[in-house]
Amino acid sequence: MEAGSIIADSARRRGGEARSAHAGVTRGGAARGAHAGVARGGAARGAHDGVAHGARGGEARSAREGVVRGGVAAGARAAAPIAVAAAAFGASFGILARDAGMGVVAPIVMSLTTFAGSAQFAVASVLDSGGAVAAAVAAAVLLNLRYLAIGVSVAPALRGSRSRRLAEAQLATDESWAVSQATGGVDRDRLVGAGLVLLVAWVGGTVAGVLGGSRLGDPADYGLDAMFPALFLALLASQLDSPRTRAAAIAGAVIALALTPLLPPGLPLVVAAGGALLALAVRR
Amino acid sequence: MTGAWIAVAGVGAATVALKGAGPLLLARRALPRPVAALMPLLAPCLLAALVVSQTVGDGRALVVDARLAGVAAAGVALLLRAPLLVVLGAAAGVAAASRALGLA
Repeated sequence: MEAGSIIADSARRRGGEARSAHAGVTRGGAARGAHAGVARGGAARGAHDGVAHGARGGEARSAREGVVRGGVAAGARAAAPIAVAAAAFGASFGILARDAGMGVVAPIVMSLTTFAGSAQFAVASVLDSGGAVAAAVAAAVLLNLRYLAIGVSVAPALRGSRSRRLAEAQLATDESWAVSQATGGVDRDRLVGAGLVLLVAWVGGTVAGVLGGSRLGDPADYGLDAMFPALFLALLASQLDSPRTRAAAIAGAVIALALTPLLPPGLPLVVAAGGALLALAVRR
Repeated sequence: MTGAWIAVAGVGAATVALKGAGPLLLARRALPRPVAALMPLLAPCLLAALVVSQTVGDGRALVVDARLAGVAAAGVALLLRAPLLVVLGAAAGVAAASRALGLA
């Protein structure tokens, strides 16, 4: 997402130049991944499923009980391609975090509990450059503010006790949320399936990175960082079915583009989410 | 506790709260009508913003690099109605190739 950026600031490699700028190896990649990071993991196939899913919407709802497992499996399958990229960036995070002096266990715990790539890369990057802990936390929280909006959109789909809803909400990442879009909102089963696959990939990748070091190479060399925006683009394409949704997309893109140079990483996405308000002015 | 653990705990707690606030406070309750009307528009809006920020965003800078080439390839694949795996493969392949060739 967005955020990786922070890191990125330092390590970024645009073109390759920097890679070693910071922590060497993977850092660069990591950075970029940051965004993409984790979560990134999620989404995949949606584009397609998106359609099918939508079409099926009505029947699915009534058949819901029986289809629960099917929905979870569909979400897991949808996330699989992106999980590969998530694992690679998880490894980048592990390497970067260890270089930053976070040790072995803390980065793994962070991948399990925070489960948001850009924010994690931001923390490791700030700590690595000798920044204050408070600065690292502030940057990460900023990057994750959009999860307030994502959480609200996920809320109607979750059922059960408070603790269960809280737990399932943690599986929402940019990617899992994106692939779980169905007609009329988020599909809980797909969210859970996609989220679990991404979590396993992200944490597994982190463990490999922390323990395995830099032998894995830079995910960006394989173009994996381009998979995240490509996934979001594919999912977006399946949603542009009315003047209003198209207006929402244009508003989001324009706001993100215009504010990226002006605001700290993370905030442009939060403001862009508010672009949906503008689209309400457009006829359905 | 070291700084790393403080950061892990702080960011973890904040993220759990951010993700969980909506589901804990709103579940079992119909969303207010204006909010409900907004929800279907949140996805295209945020997805488009994510596409932009992850394709050309780099910290507070806008950059044109291999990611843009990869996403452009994905766009072409989408126009050709390629399956999602092909779309993602095109993005990664073209981005990797343009980096390898030093084009971006």
